[in-house]
Amino acid sequence: MRIDCKHVWQHISAYIENDVDPQLRAEIDRHLETCEICSAVLDSTRNVVILMADDRVFELPAGYSERLHARIDRELEKPHGWNPDD
Amino acid sequence: MTAPNPEFEADCIRRILAGEKHLFHDLIRPCERSIYFLLFSLLKNETEAEDVAQETVIKVYQNLDKFRGESQFRTWVLSIARNEGLGRLRKISNRREDSLEADTDEQTGDYTPAILTSWREIPAEALEQKELGNLLRKAIEGLPEIYRNVVLLRDIEEIDIRETAAVLKISEASVKVRLHRARALLQRDLAPQLKGFASAKRRWFGGRA
Ligand SMILES: [Zn+2]
Repeated sequence: MRIDCKHVWQHISAYIENDVDPQLRAEIDRHLETCEICSAVLDSTRNVVILMADDRVFELPAGYSERLHARIDRELEKPHGWNPDD
Repeated sequence: MTAPNPEFEADCIRRILAGEKHLFHDLIRPCERSIYFLLFSLLKNETEAEDVAQETVIKVYQNLDKFRGESQFRTWVLSIARNEGLGRLRKISNRREDSLEADTDEQTGDYTPAILTSWREIPAEALEQKELGNLLRKAIEGLPEIYRNVVLLRDIEEIDIRETAAVLKISEASVKVRLHRARALLQRDLAPQLKGFASAKRRWFGGRA
């Protein structure tokens, strides 16, 4: 069976996750060899996924961690947090 | 993202409960980034997200004796963060949780990707440009909530599908469906805009697998 472009698009996310069975993967690979459109769609989707994982894209607000740990320190100073006999 | 270390966590928790409270700083540190971004994806507001992140961490500390190790520590922490975030959201907008979850997986998943054979590579230097980060953040913030939080956990914080499903209390199949739609929407939205960043001819993707 030869798969068409739409079929490939349906499986792009799973393909990137390496979560398609070997037979389907082979079909998709064969399609990608000859289809410029699908390989461009795959590359651009994969690029989006890679960009999102880059820590520089999503940065914590400046001082977030310091403020969080200062808040924790204030909590730790309190006499009891939980019941030790619990 | 730091990989969870169950033995370190179990040891830490035991010692904290026995009185070495200061170890809580080390216990929570690997989770603090994910807590913030999960909350930001819900609340879409930096100040609110940070405020609820602090409340979450205090709640985790106060309830540490209730963690039984049935799930990963981070999964437990992120579930608390999500509950706190949903609570804050209700307070802010009086919106009910069911309206937040109104988008369902039954919506049609048929989509046409942006077909741009010229955008296939992004030079790494492009990331130095604030503009690219802004484009991505805006695109993600524009996603429906059910897609946004899946993308946030799986793609931004790189938490695996099983744990993502556990935090959001949905099935792994739903995570996969939502992830697929979210990525498709992002590709369609971003590919035409990112085209401009691909001017430098360098195979960037090949550098990271
Ligand atoms: Zn094709």
